[in-house]
Amino acid sequence: MAEEIKAHITGVVFQVTAKVGDKVAAGDPVIVLESMKMEIPVEAPRAGAVKEIRVREGQTVQEGETVVVLE
Amino acid sequence: MFRTVLVANRGEIARRIVRGCRALGLRTVAVYSEADRDAPHVKDADHAVLLGPAPARESYLSVERILAAARESGAEAVHPGYGFLSESWRFAEACARAGLTFIGPSAEAIRAMGDKPEARRRMAAAGVPIVPGSPEPVADAASAERVAGGLGYPVILKAAAGGGGIGMAKVASADELAGAFATATRRAQSAFGSGQVYVERYLEAPRHVEVQVFGDTKGTVVHLHDRECSIQRRHQKLVEESPAPNLDARIRRGLTEAAVAGARAIGYVNAGTLEFLVDAQGGFYFLEMNTRLQVEHPVTEEITGLDLVAAQLRVAAGEPLPFTQETIEPRGAAVEVRVYAEDPARNFLPSPGTITRLALPGGEGIRLESGVVEGSVVSVHYDALLFKLIARGADRAQAIERLARALDTCVVEGVKTTLPLLRTITAHADFRRGRVHTQMVEQGAFHG
Repeated sequence: MAEEIKAHITGVVFQVTAKVGDKVAAGDPVIVLESMKMEIPVEAPRAGAVKEIRVREGQTVQEGETVVVLE
Repeated sequence: MFRTVLVANRGEIARRIVRGCRALGLRTVAVYSEADRDAPHVKDADHAVLLGPAPARESYLSVERILAAARESGAEAVHPGYGFLSESWRFAEACARAGLTFIGPSAEAIRAMGDKPEARRRMAAAGVPIVPGSPEPVADAASAERVAGGLGYPVILKAAAGGGGIGMAKVASADELAGAFATATRRAQSAFGSGQVYVERYLEAPRHVEVQVFGDTKGTVVHLHDRECSIQRRHQKLVEESPAPNLDARIRRGLTEAAVAGARAIGYVNAGTLEFLVDAQGGFYFLEMNTRLQVEHPVTEEITGLDLVAAQLRVAAGEPLPFTQETIEPRGAAVEVRVYAEDPARNFLPSPGTITRLALPGGEGIRLESGVVEGSVVSVHYDALLFKLIARGADRAQAIERLARALDTCVVEGVKTTLPLLRTITAHADFRRGRVHTQMVEQGAFHG
């Protein structure tokens, strides 16, 4: 089952830490958002392989927007 | 005295500085990013210059664009406020090269105090107590263990190039040291590009007490008493007050004398703050020096009746300090709280958005410093501080009572704020008794 990882806050993508095909564990950061001078990681909710990355660095994302899709 | 001042900042502090300039009859120039076109600080100033896009790197942090704005607006002086470029010695130097007066200390003082190991060395040489520890970074786990053995456990490992708590590790005993040293070195390397760490004695639940100092170009240095800023989260202050409560007169005197000695030793000019940690035994230790106006300067203004921004402008223009040590007399007490667009229920996650409703209090002894109005958009690009609420009283109890009442009438809708936590803190028995320390928020003292 594919699972969409959503941003839990509004912010600017500071860093994309995962790559398509990466195996991530639950709790691993997949991207890092920057909001109000704070760096906030968005973490994988479960283990899986990264199927798709929907954002790039510097892009603004809204709370609830899908940033990464796991296989 | 210069006639036109460019305020290289935004939000509440830009507005405060514009007011300070007005008090001296000076013309003001605001700068702003595309995200801040409708911001209150832009409307307050006599003239405003667009710097560039919303990201701070392309606007408020762009030295080139700020200098160009000063040129085109005919500004002769630049006030950096706090944050952004205020502690950049390169910016101070660039202002001087461009023929502009930088309203703050010398580039050399900013550089020296910004380099934390050098600041410690310079202050120790001036006789200011520093936290006992290794004077230089330690080479390996074995030397860290030797230093720690001499200091006594617990100790803390700190990144030499670091800040913000990154790379810090508390070590409770000798057998934990080698592992903690390896981790701290690795984290420091990846965060700051330097794996150097030093060892310090770990202070258990210390208080944060700081001293406002002020120097002029004639070599006079005075202090404007102390401020208690222990209630913090993530090393950022939430509540500040002056004078610090329950502080032994001997410690208070020791702090102000050390602060003046430290500032004098580096030939400090303009407003600055020496921050100290105070432990339960009454020992106090230099933490760092902020070479700028502080966010919490209003509590000092409220108890001294002085205008720190106006004094900054006068001193930057080469005038002597407008006050002497003998005439600076603290009266009553003042407490400030910072209202941030953050959600205390979600571990202080930022809460950007549009302020759909804003009702701010007033009344006897209440001062408000706000960067926002109803309808303001709180952007992801900048610091989350919305406004500060300051209450003054004949004594601490009255100041807190006024503050608590003012907090009760505050309404902010559209974004989450620290208001609920601030209400809990001001009602809390330990806070009311003045029994505070720096780890209270993290330890959950104000939960429920």
